[in-house]
Amino acid sequence: MHVRVLAATVLAAGAILVAGCGGSSSSSGSSGGDIPTFNPSEKVSITYWVPFTGGELGFVKKVVRGFEMAHPNVRVNVVGNINDEKIIAASRSGNVPDAALSFTTDNTGVFCKDGTFLNLGPAIKRDGIDLGNFPPAQQHYTEFNGVRCVLPAMADVYGLYYNKQMLAQAGIAAPPKTISELTEDAKKLTVRSGSSITRAGFTPYIGFYENSGAHFGPLWGAQWQQPNGKSAIASDPGWAQMAEWVKELVDYYGHSSLVRFQAGAGEEFSSSNAFQNEKLAMQIDGEWRTALIKDEAPKLQYGTAPMPVADGKSELYGGGYTTGNITGIPKGAAHPAAAWELIKYLATEVKPQVELMEDLGNVPTWIPALDQAKKVASPQFQTFLAIFANPHTTTTPITASGEASQKTLENYLEKYQSGNGGNLQQGLAQVASQIDAQEAQATAGNVP
Amino acid sequence: MSTPAVAADRLRARSRSRWRRRRTIAVLLAPWAIGFGVFFAYPLIASAYYSFTHYDLLSSPHWIGLRNYEYLFNSDPQVWSAVRNTLWLIAFMVPAQVLFALGLALLLSRARHGVGALRTIFYLPALAPIVAATLGFVYLFNPANGPVNTILGALGIEGPLWLNGASTAKPTLVLLALWSVGTTLIIFLAAVLDVPTHLLESAELDGAGPWRRFIHVTLPTISPVLLFAIVIGVIDALQYFTQAYVAAGVAQGGQAGESAKQLGYPEGATLFYPIYLYEQAFSRFNMGYASAMSILMLIVALALTMLILRNARRWVHYQGETR
Repeated sequence: MHVRVLAATVLAAGAILVAGCGGSSSSSGSSGGDIPTFNPSEKVSITYWVPFTGGELGFVKKVVRGFEMAHPNVRVNVVGNINDEKIIAASRSGNVPDAALSFTTDNTGVFCKDGTFLNLGPAIKRDGIDLGNFPPAQQHYTEFNGVRCVLPAMADVYGLYYNKQMLAQAGIAAPPKTISELTEDAKKLTVRSGSSITRAGFTPYIGFYENSGAHFGPLWGAQWQQPNGKSAIASDPGWAQMAEWVKELVDYYGHSSLVRFQAGAGEEFSSSNAFQNEKLAMQIDGEWRTALIKDEAPKLQYGTAPMPVADGKSELYGGGYTTGNITGIPKGAAHPAAAWELIKYLATEVKPQVELMEDLGNVPTWIPALDQAKKVASPQFQTFLAIFANPHTTTTPITASGEASQKTLENYLEKYQSGNGGNLQQGLAQVASQIDAQEAQATAGNVP
Repeated sequence: MSTPAVAADRLRARSRSRWRRRRTIAVLLAPWAIGFGVFFAYPLIASAYYSFTHYDLLSSPHWIGLRNYEYLFNSDPQVWSAVRNTLWLIAFMVPAQVLFALGLALLLSRARHGVGALRTIFYLPALAPIVAATLGFVYLFNPANGPVNTILGALGIEGPLWLNGASTAKPTLVLLALWSVGTTLIIFLAAVLDVPTHLLESAELDGAGPWRRFIHVTLPTISPVLLFAIVIGVIDALQYFTQAYVAAGVAQGGQAGESAKQLGYPEGATLFYPIYLYEQAFSRFNMGYASAMSILMLIVALALTMLILRNARRWVHYQGETR
């Protein structure tokens, strides 16, 4: 009998523990759906989690001080070095900040899917925010399944950086506009010493610096999804053409020589960066590099241009790839009204957006701020403002499986470029089928 | 002859004494039981439960039956790539570690001068923090400008790509494992020094050479330690994470603590099972699926351990054992 009582107790305790650990989705907190109207006379202190560190964190704090001056009763404690994993862990425990900012749009689906972040839709409507003042890509990556749970707060835009002196010395009058021109120029600009590369014209190697399928795909107009929502990696010929070009150029360098060159090229986010140190004549990079060059290699003679596009796709020239920071209010936030005022200030006011552009070197996401930014931006940065405004500029689709689709494609492309990817079409078909399976797996719980 | 009342009293007293004894045992066992329950039984039960759910850490788990296991066995090619890499570690890294540690222990046991210093030198790497040691190896084996390839280059040899090459990344991690084999080495050294001298002398008198003495005297005597090293090595290989995670991220140009842009860089060569499990749980937030993976790992770990232990009956000898 004792044994039976003990067993029952253990089972009951186990059941309670398992049930207790089953997440907190049913808790209510301040997640009534709508965000209360802000009371300017109420003194509140809120916490804002951001992933920035070092000097960048200082810039964000400076901009937030502007918010505090405009809202004298609100004090904001900006906490840096917070990644998405910490936000998720906090949301799970219920010990959340009042607002949070993420560097990646890949987790919009995760944040919006189950109400982890508050639905901002009602507050946007109540406060009369015109979503048309956000570019289409930014509208896209802040919403999932009809729920807008985050606002865009500065964007990243990708373009071509080129070393003016090197191009001039090689007799290249203008930066390449097509992939053929890019390939030809890359070969002209490459310098070898025996079998080793001392300077690369352009390295297409997937995984090196900012090279990725997501960033290259728009140059071929390649789509991620078919109209039915299934992966288009195998059906859209752009992906195969992109992979073939990558492999062809990697083969030109020699896979082993290129890997060796890249291993000694210097860290991407350090003053030893290969482009900044003139080991690389051209590279695809984000707009933030202009700020880094200004700080770390001010004497570098460089120019920026839209990324070259596939031959026969000249209409795409001028566009590119964009992504950016997103900011929202986690469910359970103690002061959602004040938090809403803060993220609204950062996302829909001209002054903080222009300040962040000047300090962080990111592109404003609020179109009125974009107009203001054009007046003060450097010639190199103007390129990114133009790419950002181009209708052919795209972003990656927001899905429940987050960045899984991008990682799956990257993994295959990495094998293919080294010659270990087998038949390209079969490989891409496997990637597509794996992405579909991941998406099905990620949405398996969305049942009534 | 006792009356029924006296008999009942004795029964009660015996029952009280039994209860007191059980209570004492329960109190003494409580710390272990609490630790076992909280840190082992509960996570195990919870993992088993979550493995049948879709659970993204944020919303309540949804019961989906065997769908995680179906996905694991039928639709996820990466998991099998991770399994193959982990099995490679078991097949190559574990024997290499055991043989290297045993070889060093035999050499050290014969040293006549500077024994203490030599033992310290060989043990010291085991004290280095794993992340720091891995970062050091990434630097040493950088194919472009690392000291190893620079020396090879000076000798006219083009060094391999080491951690940046698909075929050389795992062997380079084995080199790192061999460098930090100190703990196993010390255990082997203690066992080798514990081999009874009279047995070795008797064998020598019987005409046995060094090799036969090793095979017929030393090896059987240290076989329990050998078994311990193999079991621990296999379990470590199944849990192999930090070195591969750090090496892949940094060799690809990232910073320590940053995951590689490509899983298991280069070309999936360092995608080991625990890394993929971590990726699923904490990067993709598929805790239900990660739980199913962990249950599979538990079963495999148990099966391998049982297999080794069952096989061990044939070659492990315990001193004082009668057969």
